[in-house]
Amino acid sequence: MENILDTYCATNIEDVTVWFKAASVADFPVDGGACVKYKNKQIAVFNFSRLGKWYACQNLCPHKMEMVLSRGMIGDDKGVPKVACPLHKKTFSLENGENLNGDLEAIATYPVKIDAGSVYIGFTE
Amino acid sequence: MQQVIVVGNGMVGYKFCEKFVAQAESKDFKITVFGEEPRPAYDRVHLSEFFENQDAKALEMAPAEWYAEHNVDLITGERVADINRSSKTITTAKDREFSYDYLVLATGSSPFVPPIKGVEKEGVFVYRTIEDLEDMLAYAAKINAEKPDGRAAILGGGLLGLEAGKAVLDMGLEPHVVEFASKLMPRQLDSRSSQVLQLKLESIGLNIHLSKATNQILGDGKITAMEFGEDDVLDVDMLIVSAGIRPRDELARACGLDVGVRGGVVVDNTMKTSDAHIYAIGEIALYNQMIYGLVAPGYDMADVAVQQIIGNTDKIMPADIDMSTKLKLIGVDVASFGEPFMPASKGHSIIFENKTQHLYKRINVSHDGKKLLGGILVGDAADYSMLHQVYLNGMAIPEDPAQLILPTSEGGALLGDVMDLPDEAQICSCESVTKGQICGVIESGEATDLGSVVSCTKAGTGCGGCKPMVADLTNATLKSLGIEVKDSVCEHFDYNRQDLYKIIEVKGYTTFNEVLDNHGNGGHGCELCKPLIASLMATIHADTANKEYAIQDSNDRFLANIQRNGTYSVVPRVPGGEITPDKLIALGQIAKKYDLYTKVTGGVRIDLFGATLNQLPLIWKELISHGFESGHAYGKSLRTVKTCVGSTWCRYGMDESVSFGIELENRYRGIRAPHKIKGGVSGCIRECAEARGKDFGLIAVEGGWNLYVGGNGGANPRHAELFAEQIDNATVIKYLDRYLMFYMRTAKPLQRTAAWQERLEGGLDYLKEVIINDKLGIADDLEKEMQTLVNKFECEWTQAVNDPEMMKRFNHFVNSEDEDDNLVFVPMRDQKMPEPWA
Repeated sequence: MENILDTYCATNIEDVTVWFKAASVADFPVDGGACVKYKNKQIAVFNFSRLGKWYACQNLCPHKMEMVLSRGMIGDDKGVPKVACPLHKKTFSLENGENLNGDLEAIATYPVKIDAGSVYIGFTE
Repeated sequence: MQQVIVVGNGMVGYKFCEKFVAQAESKDFKITVFGEEPRPAYDRVHLSEFFENQDAKALEMAPAEWYAEHNVDLITGERVADINRSSKTITTAKDREFSYDYLVLATGSSPFVPPIKGVEKEGVFVYRTIEDLEDMLAYAAKINAEKPDGRAAILGGGLLGLEAGKAVLDMGLEPHVVEFASKLMPRQLDSRSSQVLQLKLESIGLNIHLSKATNQILGDGKITAMEFGEDDVLDVDMLIVSAGIRPRDELARACGLDVGVRGGVVVDNTMKTSDAHIYAIGEIALYNQMIYGLVAPGYDMADVAVQQIIGNTDKIMPADIDMSTKLKLIGVDVASFGEPFMPASKGHSIIFENKTQHLYKRINVSHDGKKLLGGILVGDAADYSMLHQVYLNGMAIPEDPAQLILPTSEGGALLGDVMDLPDEAQICSCESVTKGQICGVIESGEATDLGSVVSCTKAGTGCGGCKPMVADLTNATLKSLGIEVKDSVCEHFDYNRQDLYKIIEVKGYTTFNEVLDNHGNGGHGCELCKPLIASLMATIHADTANKEYAIQDSNDRFLANIQRNGTYSVVPRVPGGEITPDKLIALGQIAKKYDLYTKVTGGVRIDLFGATLNQLPLIWKELISHGFESGHAYGKSLRTVKTCVGSTWCRYGMDESVSFGIELENRYRGIRAPHKIKGGVSGCIRECAEARGKDFGLIAVEGGWNLYVGGNGGANPRHAELFAEQIDNATVIKYLDRYLMFYMRTAKPLQRTAAWQERLEGGLDYLKEVIINDKLGIADDLEKEMQTLVNKFECEWTQAVNDPEMMKRFNHFVNSEDEDDNLVFVPMRDQKMPEPWA
């Protein structure tokens, strides 16, 4: 079960080799998230419209290994944009994936770009 | 390593172990404790609570694992049969031998059964152990099954006898207390207070027979009556003997230790018996030629014995032992402290008596009127803690001492502040915790609230009588340190829930961002303020959770309860628990079609588990087509109104509880509140709907409904409090509209009605003033606001399934029709469950 975590590696924008066209901007809620399927991965994508930014991270919460983060509420912790897992309210930075209210492993984050009304997520493979 | 053997695992025997392992040096000792009862030590003081829940575990002083974790060998169900002092060994009833360096006798006492003819008959019980109680319950059930009006007598009108009286009431039998003396509680109360107590107890259904000597117990094999004189017979089906206690000193006698003429092992002020290697503590110890039947001195004795054994020989038992005590007998406060009966030669008594209210207060003061020497309180012991402290610490009393007990119009501030007590004042006598210790842990930063004060100091964990005072001290100390309990909702707002409620109402905001931009701290919200403001919007504008779904908690966003593996459960509303066979069949067919784990909930409805996000709208479309609607099981909103079948079917029913329960559930369905709300309606006082365990509860009585408010189950179960009596349906709705709306306006986030009501300044009386007498002049507004919510109700699932835009929300993937491929289910008793977490 643990090895499912290995599917997800934090990806920097300069390492991106594939920009995957996920869906249109209108498919995502304002200041909320939805889940994107890419190969065998589940990616949570958030439209943080108050900041005018988009974020992507693994949908898997490392606490109990469930595919739920895209259904969490977003907000900020002293200015750091974050998502709260809907199961036990573990919070993670959307910038670097760090667990902000505990000692869990950081979650993997992915770059997002918007082009002509579509949302693209960057992967290395 | 030295061996310490404790004989007896009662409250005091346990306390000895607890205090011993708390000492660092105890690693040089090995403790073995023997108990003859099958279970580990339990709280005998609160034994009568066993009748309420029959939960023996809840009474345990510590679970069996505690002993193992602290390296104490606990051997239960094995009586120590013999002590051999010369070889320093003991032998058990199973013929096993153990040797000791120190032996501690904590064998306690057994009930004294007077040698009355016929006392051996079936149906005669004593009141001491959980086994006794279980036997009584079984016998009472037999009586109840045979006849509707069974009677039980209690022989002995002392403290324990009256406790047993409550047990009889709880068992559903008619209680008769038979006392040899001319008054109840002869050892603690004077004649006048005893009469006041008697009046009060009679008013709640106890029959009291004083100055009765029982000649014999009648009956062929089993008890049928008690005979006092030739023509003086009381028919009873059961008898509980509670005529005093006798120390269990048979082991001590057999091995030749010094014992008293009327029993008890003689000890000195170090708790040593006549053998320097043997200690005796608790109800078996004869100290100052007295047996002390209270827990507090027993615990002190345990402490002295521990200190003596580990070498702190300075620790001795004081010569004067405070026998002050406060208890609640069948809900009646009774307390005595210091010198309760005082001869006129030693001082003056001041007595306040009000039989119409069942109140009695007596204080005894020195001749010069400067010192409080003791007193008795019956009916209202709220002043006990303070009076007791004034007595113990010899504090100054008002020039007119009568002011200490006279009812004051301005809420009696005469006793001064808890902070005026000296540091050495003992606040918790069970655990010997002083005021200085309580304030100390707060001042040092070790404790920051009441909970941590209790866990740091153990204050209040014994009888619990000191709890209000510990709370007052905690609050006053926090205040003196300038610690303000901040109640703003989160880092994004400097307002509490009530402030935000007013802001949104007055400014008419309809979106989260409007509130955040105009009144926030410049941040972007979080998982605390978003659902809170969503809930306020729902209350103020009658919005459903579909309005701004991204600020809703996961459950409200998807209108279902998220489960352990990210799937959801589905709970349609079944108002009052009434459901037609057709609807029941529909539920079963839908559950089967989608392979859902199915269970009846604690709230009388049916829960279907394991639905994926994609399945939710499909399931709901089918449910709605069969006439179901959302059950709001996912919201901080009204869940169910549980009902018993009431007068429609039940031969005891006084009113139509189902009809009224359905009406109330349909009235309040969908409203959003600070926390979930549950209701209950019972058709008679048998209370099958458990209405008093709900936020609001109704019980049908002669002439209307009794309305109870502020109860709940959960981590801190609480019975709802009686709010209004014998009111009609329209008045119930009027009061409930006002009550619920007032709660929704003023409670803190995630505060249940019980906690809200408890912390409301002025308490239940204030609440009655606001809700019934409209002290704040807001009753009309509250009713109007509630009526608006009722009128605007809309089923949010019906909204969702009829709107293609909303339906999109329920896809696991935004770019695929696939479902979550991470889900794994395993079989479970013919159904399925999520694979357990690693």
